[in-house]
Amino acid sequence: MHIPDGFLDARTAVATGALAAAGLGIALRQARVHLPPRRVPLLGVTAAFVFAAQMVNFPVAGGTSGHLIGAVLAAALLGPSAAVVVVSSVLIVQCLMFADGGLSALGANILNMGVLGTVGGWAIYHGVSRVVRGLFGRVLAATFAAWCSTVLASIACAGELAVSGTVAWRLVLPAMAGVHALIGLGEGVITALVLAGIARTRPELLEPDAAIEPRTSVAAVAAYGAVIAMTLALFASPLASRWPDGLDRTAEALGFGEKAAPPVLNAPIPGYEMPGIGGDALATALAGGTGTLVVLALSWLVARVLVPRARVDDPPGAVGEP
Amino acid sequence: MRRDFLDPYSRLDSPIHRLGAGTKLGTALGLVVLVLVVPTSRPVALAAVAAALVAIAVCSRVPWRFLAGRVLMLEPLVLGVAGLALLQPGGWRLFLFLLARSTLCLGTMVLLSNTTPFEDLLRVMKAAHMPALLVTTLSLLYRYLFVLVDEAGRMKRARASRTFTRRRAWAWHTGASVVSQLFIRSSERAERIHAAMCARGWR
Repeated sequence: MHIPDGFLDARTAVATGALAAAGLGIALRQARVHLPPRRVPLLGVTAAFVFAAQMVNFPVAGGTSGHLIGAVLAAALLGPSAAVVVVSSVLIVQCLMFADGGLSALGANILNMGVLGTVGGWAIYHGVSRVVRGLFGRVLAATFAAWCSTVLASIACAGELAVSGTVAWRLVLPAMAGVHALIGLGEGVITALVLAGIARTRPELLEPDAAIEPRTSVAAVAAYGAVIAMTLALFASPLASRWPDGLDRTAEALGFGEKAAPPVLNAPIPGYEMPGIGGDALATALAGGTGTLVVLALSWLVARVLVPRARVDDPPGAVGEP
Repeated sequence: MRRDFLDPYSRLDSPIHRLGAGTKLGTALGLVVLVLVVPTSRPVALAAVAAALVAIAVCSRVPWRFLAGRVLMLEPLVLGVAGLALLQPGGWRLFLFLLARSTLCLGTMVLLSNTTPFEDLLRVMKAAHMPALLVTTLSLLYRYLFVLVDEAGRMKRARASRTFTRRRAWAWHTGASVVSQLFIRSSERAERIHAAMCARGWR
């Protein structure tokens, strides 16, 4: 999902750069407030860990293999702000040392994976693990959040490419979201396996107090929310352009509106046409919703396999202890 | 310690390597921006940038084979996105243009990373008043990256010498165990690093 140089136009590069700087700035500020000096090296070492962990291959099929991305894993272990710093650092080093991800697209890559994928994934992880308690809940939440994070980042990536006029939205969205819905399944399973592995040997590392930012302040949530809302408004607005709301006008006011490409592919199910609402927008929403529910069910299954039922009723302190 | 996988030639001695890191970072950014502002109608301008890159590459004495290999290794990502342009009417021209543009930028960045040690770039970032926490995180990332990659390599080797199966599910299970142990070792290492930093008068 690393966007190379040459695919984003100047406006998109500047806008994503500004949003990424804002997101990373909030994260650095939050981390500085919450991080005790004792744990400053943890950020850098965890970033090195994410980089090294990405080199562990997981065989898929026919000689291909995948690897961990690690945004939700870092967020689940360290809290959202520290994870944003960690993932962004990995992206910066990948860009400057490995030419993986372009220099002009560094802002977009940090925005997609470092901010949107990490904070968005963390929000889902946090929400789900509040509803379903215990280690089972945490593994379920991490699996689902890892998938959502991957897909969310890929949708933003597709939006940035479409807004830049590189490829039509109707081509790039299904391609990016489709491929990353599959990659996200792998990411979810690896994240679940890794969390369960950590819980087997060092369960205290998974306790919420082990995270750098056990509680997120209202101001931080609002600031992150504003960055994410701006990103979605600017780069996911073609998705909602048929809907009568302000997103479209925001895009047009900022000069992105006219970039919306004419339809190249027809709606897969024209029968879904409803008066006032675009048929393919509804179909997309339906497909997305169904897919998300299926993945939630799969996450439940994965978590159930990794965390047998007997442990669910244990008090939180005893979870994962031999 | 294995450190050849990232920027093996960044510590050579050549006129390009001796230039300041800030100059090289600025030049790289300038070249990337230049490539990006070339309109589709003027592909000749791209040839000029290509010539400049070749000149820099020759002066830097980084082996050709390595540069080409690194660019080719990263090319699939470019092809993946540029390939989508082929599905559009008249996409061939756009495809070739995008391909040329991205490959030039890729070449620029590969040259930058293999002529400039990362700690020099970190010094530039520090001088540019980037947030201290980010610079610290980046320097620790760079310092311990090689240590942890080695550690992961040792764990993978130990696993490979003990598991005699090619079953995919088992490979995932043991792979994830390697990753989770790696995190546990990293967090323990972070505590030791802090103690060592304090022992040397940090803060």
